[in-house]
Amino acid sequence: MSGDRSYPTEVSGPFPTPPHAFTDEDGRNIVVRVADDREALVSMYEAFDPEDRAQGIPPVGEGSIRRWLDRVFEEECLNVIAWHGEDAVGHSMLVPDDENAYELAIFVLGSHQSAGIGTELLQTLLGHGKQQGIERVWLTVERWNDPAIGLYEKVGFEIRNTESFELEMAIRIADS
Amino acid sequence: MKILLGVGGSEHSRRALEETVERVRDTGDELTVAVFRSEAVAAPPTDIEADVNEVLETHDVNAEVTRVSGHPGGELVTLADQGGYDRLVIGGGTRSPLGKIQLGSVAEFVVLNAETPVTLIR
Repeated sequence: MSGDRSYPTEVSGPFPTPPHAFTDEDGRNIVVRVADDREALVSMYEAFDPEDRAQGIPPVGEGSIRRWLDRVFEEECLNVIAWHGEDAVGHSMLVPDDENAYELAIFVLGSHQSAGIGTELLQTLLGHGKQQGIERVWLTVERWNDPAIGLYEKVGFEIRNTESFELEMAIRIADS
Repeated sequence: MKILLGVGGSEHSRRALEETVERVRDTGDELTVAVFRSEAVAAPPTDIEADVNEVLETHDVNAEVTRVSGHPGGELVTLADQGGYDRLVIGGGTRSPLGKIQLGSVAEFVVLNAETPVTLIR
């Protein structure tokens, strides 16, 4: 990955920390918790709409989903899940890169999109990350994906790189 | 079919080379391999060319091996579009720490700019 990525000088936040309970814009009670149950995510991703995939993830098919989850649940990775009752309806993760920063991704089930869950989920993951000592976070997003870019900007991400297929965005959540 | 394969010496382009040569052995297509210099690869073009020749020999496939200089994406596209090729094949696509697929700059340029149909092997 590019070693010349720059991060905002301003620290974003404060952010909520898990467990974080809220009512979404459709009146549903949602709670974001640190992930301890990978099985619920397998079902969530099996129900995932192909059009909501991004750059090859989540993969399709139970085996590939499990292999990918193994990777993002490795040591030093952080995962939070948005729960609606017994169902996992959103998942966001931080995975370390080689440069002391973390790559972020977030997925929300189609049935639970456009209700503010993504914002709360993202903010809670960043709050959790800060608690764990993480300072810098980046992500890539398809440049046509305006709703996602808007969400990331709202939380404090800034656009870093506009030269490739995907847009790169970065945020600072703590001082170095 | 007349095929142009771009090889920059990365792991992906090595796989694209193997797959293309195996396919050409079965189909009898006419293959040209264009070796280019990629920023991400330390090996000099002579080493890459030697490797290409070895793979061709192992599979008993004949192909013209040429070298492109300058802007690799631009040179590959020009060669494919002006050389009467039916297909431009290139390897590319690394994975980010959390598994997202990302295209390298040469692959991306070729996909966006070639008039010749492109096969991306990742």
